[in-house]
Amino acid sequence: MPQTTPVLSVTQQKDIRIVEFVHNKILDEANIKDIGDTLNGLIEEKEYPKLLLDFSNVEHLSSAALGMLINANNRVKARNGQLRLTHIKPPIYEVFAITKLNKMFRILPTRQDALASFNP
Amino acid sequence: MSDKRLRFLIPSDYPSARQVQQQIAQEMLKLGYGEHSLFATKLAMEEAMVNAIKHGNRLDPAKHVRVEARLNPHKVCIVVEDEGPGFCRQSVPDPREDQNLEKCCGRGILLMESYMNQVQYSHGGRRVKMVKCNDPDLYPRIAK
Repeated sequence: MPQTTPVLSVTQQKDIRIVEFVHNKILDEANIKDIGDTLNGLIEEKEYPKLLLDFSNVEHLSSAALGMLINANNRVKARNGQLRLTHIKPPIYEVFAITKLNKMFRILPTRQDALASFNP
Repeated sequence: MSDKRLRFLIPSDYPSARQVQQQIAQEMLKLGYGEHSLFATKLAMEEAMVNAIKHGNRLDPAKHVRVEARLNPHKVCIVVEDEGPGFCRQSVPDPREDQNLEKCCGRGILLMESYMNQVQYSHGGRRVKMVKCNDPDLYPRIAK
């Protein structure tokens, strides 16, 4: 069943948008599309977008979710923005490592580390 | 102890696939499968069923996906078969190669092959058989 509650929680710290995944699964195609659309909106609202994705709650994700994240990364890059990922649990990090996406994304252990890693 | 067998014939939609996945995962839990084996099998089932529904049956409501699971405390064998045109495994590029890294799709098969002990395609690619052992191995095998 599609989830009806918001799939993302978005806050802001200085010029950085902090996006937290609300649910523990990023699997459902409809949810993935919603997340992708929201991220695209956040990317397009600034000339040089700065986005931090917090995976604290995420326990399962699929290759479709990875595709959505790659799409967001490509859009951020196209606008000379910055994207960071944080609080990725070890089993989920393993998915990034197997697919070598840990080389593509800037993944930092804590939110504090990630916030400090953004260039002005 | 004889193997537990589960058989499903579902329409080409994701909610039906999720229900099947949940039932198989529940049986694995009852049989004492560990956290890692469960994580791996759930991920592989998700990828195999999405492939069958989306790429195999192309979301055609007239087509079905057949799923069969055979489980015992030591291993689970899951067969997923669609009614699509099939595909050739060798024609799917490696998403880890530099030129493919930024592409948004093509990682499902890699994940299935990395997390399961065995993945075999047959019937022209319409059927995939996956085996996961209930072993203490904490890390997935990286697909070659």
